[in-house]
Amino acid sequence: MKAGVRNLLFILPVLLFVALAGYFALALRSGDPHELPSALLNKEAPYFALAGLDGAGITRDGLKGGPVLINFFASWCVPCRIEHPLLMRLAEQNHLPLYGIDYKDQPVDAQKLLAQFGDPYRAIGMDRDGRVGLDFGVYGVPETYVLDSTGHIRKRFVGPLTAQQVDDELLPLLKQLGRP
Amino acid sequence: MRHLIGVASWLVVALVLLFHLPATAVEPGEQLKNPALEARARQISSELRCLVCQNETIDESNASLAHDIRILLRQRLTAGDTDEQAVKAIVDRYGDFVLLDPPMEPATYVLWFGPLAVLLAGLLGGMIWLRRRSDTTEAAAPLTPEERRRLDTILREADR
Amino acid sequence: MITEFGHLALILAFCVALVQATVPMLGAARAHPGWMAVGRNTALVQFALVAVAMAALMHAYITSDFSVINVVQNSHTDKPLLYKVTGVWGNHEGSMLLWIFMLSLCGAALALFSGNLPPDLRARVLAVQGMISAGFLIFILLTSNPFLRVWPPAANGQGLNPVLQDPGLAFHPPFLYLGYVGFSVAFSFAVAALIEGRVDAAWARWVRPWSLASWCFLTVGIAMGSWWSYYTLGWGGWWFWDPVENASFMPWLVGTALIHSAIVVERRDTLKSWTILLAIVTFSLSLVGTFLVRSGVLSSVHAFAVDPLRGSFILLLLIVAIGGSLTLYAIRAPSLKGGGLFAPVSREGALLLNNVLLTACAATVFLGTLYPLFLDAVGGAKVSVGPPFFDRTFAPMMVPVLIAMAVGPMLSWKRGDLLGALQRLWIAFAVAAVFTLGTLYMLYGGPVLAVFGMGLAVWTGMGVATEFAERIRLLRIPVAESFRRAINLPRAAIGMSLAHLGMAISVIGISASAFEQEYLAIVPVGGDFTLAGYQFHFDKVENLQGPNYVANDATIEVRHNGSLIDVMHPERRFFALQDQTTAVTAIRTNPIADLYVALGDPSDKGWTIRAYWKPLISWIWGGALVMAFGGVVSLSDRRWRVGAATRARHTVTAQTAPAE
Repeated sequence: MKAGVRNLLFILPVLLFVALAGYFALALRSGDPHELPSALLNKEAPYFALAGLDGAGITRDGLKGGPVLINFFASWCVPCRIEHPLLMRLAEQNHLPLYGIDYKDQPVDAQKLLAQFGDPYRAIGMDRDGRVGLDFGVYGVPETYVLDSTGHIRKRFVGPLTAQQVDDELLPLLKQLGRP
Repeated sequence: MRHLIGVASWLVVALVLLFHLPATAVEPGEQLKNPALEARARQISSELRCLVCQNETIDESNASLAHDIRILLRQRLTAGDTDEQAVKAIVDRYGDFVLLDPPMEPATYVLWFGPLAVLLAGLLGGMIWLRRRSDTTEAAAPLTPEERRRLDTILREADR
Repeated sequence: MITEFGHLALILAFCVALVQATVPMLGAARAHPGWMAVGRNTALVQFALVAVAMAALMHAYITSDFSVINVVQNSHTDKPLLYKVTGVWGNHEGSMLLWIFMLSLCGAALALFSGNLPPDLRARVLAVQGMISAGFLIFILLTSNPFLRVWPPAANGQGLNPVLQDPGLAFHPPFLYLGYVGFSVAFSFAVAALIEGRVDAAWARWVRPWSLASWCFLTVGIAMGSWWSYYTLGWGGWWFWDPVENASFMPWLVGTALIHSAIVVERRDTLKSWTILLAIVTFSLSLVGTFLVRSGVLSSVHAFAVDPLRGSFILLLLIVAIGGSLTLYAIRAPSLKGGGLFAPVSREGALLLNNVLLTACAATVFLGTLYPLFLDAVGGAKVSVGPPFFDRTFAPMMVPVLIAMAVGPMLSWKRGDLLGALQRLWIAFAVAAVFTLGTLYMLYGGPVLAVFGMGLAVWTGMGVATEFAERIRLLRIPVAESFRRAINLPRAAIGMSLAHLGMAISVIGISASAFEQEYLAIVPVGGDFTLAGYQFHFDKVENLQGPNYVANDATIEVRHNGSLIDVMHPERRFFALQDQTTAVTAIRTNPIADLYVALGDPSDKGWTIRAYWKPLISWIWGGALVMAFGGVVSLSDRRWRVGAATRARHTVTAQTAPAE
C-alpha cells in the first residue's frame, strides 16, 4: 500500500466526524424530536360523523367545499388554553372556518370551558372515546389539521398553535390552497 | 419561540399521562379470550412504539393512547386481519415512526446493511494492515548464538 | 452565602483549568521544568474548588434553600434526606456538576499518581485534562449554572420526579459518570502521545490501569442502571436500546476494545495507531453521549429538558475536542512506527480481531441510535429504530465475539497454533454441544435462538475454564502443585479469567429471558393464582403513609409445594405534589429465578396483578459484577504498582530498537 493511500485512511476518522457534526448541527435546527408529521399528509381525512355539544355536530363530508381548520382540544388540556386566545382571534379574522373536535371529554366540562374562554368554533364534534382521534393519528392534544377543499389533510400542527406558526406556515399555505 | 413549543410539547406529553387514570400497561380487561390471538397481539404490541412516552412499547406504556392502540389492534385481529394488515392499520394512522422495527426500504438500506458493511470493512482493513506490515518490514539481521539463547529464555517466559 | 462560595469556586475552577490547560503544554514544548510542574498543582486545586462547589450545592439542597432556582425546580422540604442529597444530580445542571466533579477528580488522581511519568508527558496529559475541564466549566457557567438565584425565594420546591426517588439514584449516576469521564484520562494520554510523537510499551503500561479502572466503573454503572429499570418500571424490562442507554453502551464496547488493544501495545509494541484511535474514540463517544442526552435532538425517557442552545454549546465542545484530536491523529499517527511482527493467527491477531468485532458492534449501536436523526436531517421520512432492529443486528455480531473469547487466550503470542488451540478446547465444545442439544430436546418447540445463545455462553465459560486449567497444568501435575500454581498466578491472568467468565454468565442470563412466564389478571382480595409452579395468595391491601406519598401496600403469600416460602409486598405510591403514581415492585431473587410481582390499578373486581417468573435474570447483573470484579483484580496486579512502571520503562527503552 502506497504511503499516500495509507495517510488517506488516517484522515477517515476526522472526515466521518465532520459529517457527524454536520448532521448534529442540522438536527439542532430541526425542532422537537417529539413532533411527528401526519401520516395522512395529502390523503383524504378519515371519515367521521360526530354528535355536537348541544345540537348539530360535524361530519367529514360536511366540511368539504373549502379549506378548513380542525382543532382537537379538551377541557382537561392545559396547553389548549394557551392557544385558545389565538383561536379566538383566528375565528374573528375569519381566514377560514374553524371546527373543533373535543377529544375524550365530558360535554359538561367542554361547555364550562367554552363559556369561560369563548367559543371560536363554527361547530364542535364530541369524540368521547377518542376513535376519531385515533383515525386521524392524534397522539396528544392540542393538534390542529388543515384540510383543503376536497377534504385532504395538508398540514398538522402539533401542540398549541402559535402566532408565528400562523404567520409563517398557515397563511402561506392558505394562499396556496386559494384562500386569502 | 421554539423553546416555548418545546416546553409546550412536554406539557402535552405530561398531560396525556397525568390527566387520565394511569392504565398500567396491558390491562387484564384488554386481553382477548382467544390465547392465540392474544399472543399475537402481545407480540405485535411489543414491536410498536408508544408515541406519547416515546421510549416504551405500547405493550408497556401507561399512556391512554397506548391503551387505545392496543384495543384497536385487538379489534383488527379479532376481525380476522393478518399481523401485517393489523400493523398496516396502525401505520396508516401514525406513520412508520410507530414501528420499532424499521421497514426495509431504500431509505433504510444503510441502516440494515450498515453493520455488516462496517464489519466487513473492518475485517478487510485488518487483513490489509497485516499484509502490509509483513511487506514493509525488512528482514532482521540473523541472531548470534548468545542472542538466540536469550531469546529462547524470554519467549519461554512470555508464552506462559 | 455558601451558595455564593460555591458559585465563586466554580468560576475560580475555570480560571485554574485555563492555566492547567496552557502552561504545562507550553512548558513541555519548551522543556521548562517549572511550567511543566504547574500541571500537578493546578489539577489538585481545580478538584478542590469543584468539590467546594459540589458541597455548596448539596448544602443548598439539604437546607432547602429555595432562593436557588435549581433547588426550587427539583427539591421539596418533604423529600427524604437521601433524595435531597442525591437529587442534586437528578437534573441537568446538577448532573453536569457531578460530571465536572468526576472529571476534576480524575485529573487530581492523575496528578497524584503520575510521579513516575516523564515530566513532559505528564505535563501534556494534565494539560489536555485541563482543556476538557475548562470547556465543560465554561459550559456550566454560561448555560447550565446551578447557582442561579431567584428573589423572592419560593415558598417550596417542585419536588423530585417520583421515579427517581429511589436508592438507585445514589449509585447509578456516580458510577456511570466515573466510568464515562474516566476515559478522558486515556484520551488525554492519547493526545499527549500524538503531540509527543511517541507511543511505546511504557505509554500503554500507564494507560491500561486508568482505562481498566474506568471500564470497571462503567460496567457497574450500566449494570446498575439496567437493574434499576428492572425493579422500578413494573414490567421487568431491563434494556430498551434507548438512546441514552446506548450512549453509555457504546463507550463500554469501544473501551473494552481499548483495554485489550493496549495489552498488545505493551507486550508487543504494535497496534499503536489502532489503540490511540480507540482511546480517542472511547471518550469521544462519551462526549457524543453527553450531547445526545442534553441537546434534545433525540427523544428519550432519560433526556433532560430540550434546549438547543445547550446543544449548540456542547456541539462546539465536541468539534474542538473530537475534531481536534482526530485531526491530530490524521497528522501524527502515520509516523507512529510499529515494532513487533506477528502472524495473523496469534494472540495479537486475535486481539486485532477483537478490536474489529467490538468496533463493529459499537458501530451497529451507533447506526441504530442515530439513523432516525440522519434520515430526518436529510429530509427523509421519520423512522424509529427500536429493540427489534438491535436484536437482529447486534446479537448476531456478538456470536463471533463469544466464540473468539474462548479461543483467543489459548493462542500464543507472535505465532499461534489455531488447530492446536481448537483441539485443546474439545471439552468446551463437547459440554456446550451436550448442553445445547439436551436443552433443545427438553424444550421441544421452545425458543431455539435463546438456547443457542446459552450454549455459546457455555462454550465461552468452558473455554475460560480450559485456559485456566492449562495454566495450572491441571491433571498433568499433582493437584497440590496445581493449587500452588493457581495461588501464584499473576492477578492479571486471574482477572482476565474472571472478566471473561462474567461475560459468559451475563450472556446466559440474557438468553434465559426468552423463557420467562407472565401472569396478568384482575385478582380479588383474598384470591389465588399460580405461576410457574408457585401458588400465590393475595391476602390484603393496606394504606400506608410515606414522607411525601400515600401508598397501597399489598400482601401476597407465596407457596411452593404447599409450604410458605415468602410474603411479598408490592406497592403503589401516589405522590400528591407531582400528581403521579409509581409502582414499587416486590421481587424475590435467587440464583435460579426471580419472582416479580407488581400491583396495578384497583377496580370493582379487585386489583390488577402483574407477576413474572424470570429464570436466571440475576445472572445478567451478577455476571456484570463478576466482570467488574475481574477488572479490579487485574488492577491489583503488582505490576501496576508505582515502582514497577519505572523499572519496566527502563528495561523497555534499553531493549527496544531505536526505529521510532
